[in-house]
Amino acid sequence: MSPFFTLLARDIKLAARSGGSAFLALSFFALVATLVPLGVGANLGLLTRVGGGVLWVGAVLAALLSLDRLFQGDFEDGSLDLIALAPLPLELTALAKMLAHWLSTGAALTLLSPLLALLFNLPPAATWTLFLSLLLGTPAVSAVGAIGASLTLSLKRGGLILPLIILPLLSPAVIFGAGAVSLTLDRLGAGGALSLLAAFSAGAVLLSPFAAAASVRLNLGG
Amino acid sequence: MISSLTAEKLACARGDRRLFENLSFCVKAGQALAVEGANGAGKTSLLRLIAGFLAPAGGRLVVQDAAGESDDAEERGKLVGWLGHQDGLKPQLTVAEQLAFWAALYRGVANAAVLEQVGLKRQADLPCRYLSAGQKRRLALARLLVSQRPLWLLDEPFAALDTSGQALVAQLMALHCGQGGIIIAATHEPLGLGNESLKL
Repeated sequence: MSPFFTLLARDIKLAARSGGSAFLALSFFALVATLVPLGVGANLGLLTRVGGGVLWVGAVLAALLSLDRLFQGDFEDGSLDLIALAPLPLELTALAKMLAHWLSTGAALTLLSPLLALLFNLPPAATWTLFLSLLLGTPAVSAVGAIGASLTLSLKRGGLILPLIILPLLSPAVIFGAGAVSLTLDRLGAGGALSLLAAFSAGAVLLSPFAAAASVRLNLGG
Repeated sequence: MISSLTAEKLACARGDRRLFENLSFCVKAGQALAVEGANGAGKTSLLRLIAGFLAPAGGRLVVQDAAGESDDAEERGKLVGWLGHQDGLKPQLTVAEQLAFWAALYRGVANAAVLEQVGLKRQADLPCRYLSAGQKRRLALARLLVSQRPLWLLDEPFAALDTSGQALVAQLMALHCGQGGIIIAATHEPLGLGNESLKL
């Protein structure tokens, strides 16, 4: 296996093992989606209306739970030094870690979302749009999140600052993602919103490995 | 294979503090250099500087090999076998899993013989959380072996090891030098390789 896939497989394995983040993110997402209808009450029209937004915010926050450990775990136990010396450019290291984070959280959350959409009485067409928007948008969460994680990797409680850095940057994803669901509910085409979301995601995934790698380099020299 | 590593008037600063300056040395293939000095003298910083994590505040580091000489930090990093004071092991993964991961990442070969060499053969399927500090150190040594790098940078290589472990480190270092490798070790104890030492 090439070094890139080796690192990817190892990070996914760590996320799936006990103490890993994959199960945590899924349970958090499911709990938020269950609690909101309990809090809002059994007004089906209202629930359908807010469903897309609540599930999108829930997914972003769930993915955020494990983001602060993206580089920090390896930094604290010395693995990051050894990974940096391996014959894999740090940019690809960052991309592998991002991809592993997406596969273990973003992709899993996307797969779970149609089930949780039932709790909000979302019609099939809107559920499909929600699924598509999460599939297109969650890579951006992992990518932008990786920049934040690399900036805070040497901070003891970096996990507290991380949301302050990346949540504002992720607002376009939430706006277009939840917006696409609303547009589908109103029987207006969601294609435009989804395209913008995809563009945002593609830009984030392409650019963030460079930013994250630069920040990791700075932190290793600090 | 590299033929020598030379430091020319190297200086290192952390923040406003100058750790050392005007540091010059040359280590040739097959030689070892012990870096000695009080706590906080900059031994680890020197190793991080050679590995390319830190940029020197002055002077330069030159690697000489068959193709010529180079002072590029990124290129130098690809020659480094690193044994830091942290072991870089994950408590959830087994001994064999970790070694296989690092071997693949470094494009080296992991085989059971390496684990036998460092005395961890019986622990191969044990998650690292059950290992003692000395056993973790032995696994870190196994990783150093499978990485197959010519320039070993060792930070306190004898730390946490029992007598047989220390003998093992000495034996591995002698073997590495014998194969034309270079060792630079930050240590408080003699390496026992007939090596030169550098006082920071």
